[in-house]
Amino acid sequence: MKSFFAVLTVLAAIVAFWYAACVPMNIKGVLDAAERGGAEVMPATSKVRRDMGSFGLVAGNTFAIAQTWEQDRPRLPAPHQVISELWKTTVMKKVTSKRSLVYHAQVTLNATLLGFVIGTGLGILLAVGIVHSKVMDMSVMPWAIVSQTIPIIALAPMIIVVLYSIGVQGILPKAIISAYLSFFPVVVGMVKGLRSPDAMQLDLLKTYSANTSQGFWKLRLPSSMPYLFTSLKIGIAASLLGAIVGELPTGAVAGLGARLLAGSYYGQTVQIWSALFAAAILAGLLVALLEVIEKNVLKRMGMAS
Amino acid sequence: MTMVLLALVVWCFGWWLNSRLANGPKAGTRAVKLLVPVIFGVTVLVVWELLVRGLEVSIVILPAPSLIAERFASSLPILWKDLSQTFLKGALSGYVMGCGAALLMAVAVDRSDFLRRGLLPVGNFVAALPIVGTAPILVMWFGFDWQSKAAVVVVMVFFPMLVNTVAGLRETSAMQRDLMQTYAASYWQSFFKLRLPAALPFIFNGLKISTTLALVGAIVAEFFGSPTVGMGFRISTSVGQLALDMVWAEIVMAALAGSFFYGAIALIEKSLTFWHPSQRG
Repeated sequence: MKSFFAVLTVLAAIVAFWYAACVPMNIKGVLDAAERGGAEVMPATSKVRRDMGSFGLVAGNTFAIAQTWEQDRPRLPAPHQVISELWKTTVMKKVTSKRSLVYHAQVTLNATLLGFVIGTGLGILLAVGIVHSKVMDMSVMPWAIVSQTIPIIALAPMIIVVLYSIGVQGILPKAIISAYLSFFPVVVGMVKGLRSPDAMQLDLLKTYSANTSQGFWKLRLPSSMPYLFTSLKIGIAASLLGAIVGELPTGAVAGLGARLLAGSYYGQTVQIWSALFAAAILAGLLVALLEVIEKNVLKRMGMAS
Repeated sequence: MTMVLLALVVWCFGWWLNSRLANGPKAGTRAVKLLVPVIFGVTVLVVWELLVRGLEVSIVILPAPSLIAERFASSLPILWKDLSQTFLKGALSGYVMGCGAALLMAVAVDRSDFLRRGLLPVGNFVAALPIVGTAPILVMWFGFDWQSKAAVVVVMVFFPMLVNTVAGLRETSAMQRDLMQTYAASYWQSFFKLRLPAALPFIFNGLKISTTLALVGAIVAEFFGSPTVGMGFRISTSVGQLALDMVWAEIVMAALAGSFFYGAIALIEKSLTFWHPSQRG
């Protein structure tokens, strides 16, 4: 309960800082608009204002402060503008409408989930191979670790264009990028997990004369679950990132990444921020969902801490 | 067709060699441990080359490794310019600023239990978000040049670094802290002599995670607008021109830069946290 208030305080501080930051960020735009509207502005021409500091402008034109939170295309939209845009584009619009964020989020989510399933499936398979075959362990594992230090996302534009040129379009290219990004964290985490039973436990199974597959199903797989869920949570966040970035280079028309790109082309800052928040909420929901599953699974297995 | 068959033979031979080495008597030695992944890598490259040539795969789908190497060697000046724009100016300056700010913030947060309770969940949450999405906004604010890329990197590395450092500063046990107390150590004395060293493994964990994030941030930010130089710029324009050998050359460059960056941090870690169990033995 004490943590709850602490979190709330921190959030309130962030929102307050955000509102405060809106004033100097937007003041020039507001003053230009006010001048065009015929109001009296402290340095009267925009030429003089351009060379002045933002805080000086705020001090000279205190009347404009309230308007910095209400601008049409602000440099930094105020929190309530973002939230009202989110509300307008999710609840007020039909889900099938092209202007609904739910529609765009669902396009991105489809690619994310498909990629996540492919990536984790292959990742788990490879991890099983690595744990059971010394050759694979020694040849593949170093590369799996090294590949985590390189910016794989740089491949995204190429994957999309190449798949397009051989006739694969739509959800699959994005899903492949997602799969690719979630693949390596799962491999590394799962290998760690499958190796987590200690020598004593493995010896016990040997005294039971358990064969390899029994050892896998009854000992290694169950004891890898905590590691698996940790890497799944990393993997799903990476998958979402991959799906969003996968929408950038092709000029996709639907999806959260497409909304970000369209917003940045047309200077629609409120739209960018609302797409960003939608992505954040989506990521938060996916991670939270995995956390709930993790808690239940571990509890039923008697491993909950 | 012979090339395809040859590829199959090479693959089998590489695998056979590796399984001999891995299951042989010398499997535990350092040389074999290094040799096996190298053989695997070389085998993959050779098979790739043979398959691309044998099946006559078009260059716009998958260029052969030899072609990529050729392109890499012939356009080193361009690659170097892109690297210095994206990595040295954008990623590295953002990395230093972001990690430095997060370190200072963590030290400040650590002094207040209330702040720590509040910031840790928020920081953990934010660290899982697709922060790269702030790139279009930051490009709008800071212009097309490297400053906006550095800003994206700062935002990306800040929270993972903060969360790790704050967790690390809590690593000391009550016994150790009590000992410092009996020595009448001041806050800063016990900070520099006990808590900061104890936090180093966590700090380096954050620093290592951030190396990858920094490069990702700098490259993706260039997709949203950049001067006519930079890795992200080169990748997106070369993809548009279907010059895939150039794209692969940039990716090789990015991979090299990323591995060296990570390796450098790991080396520093080794020399500073030699006492930690994970570094011994």
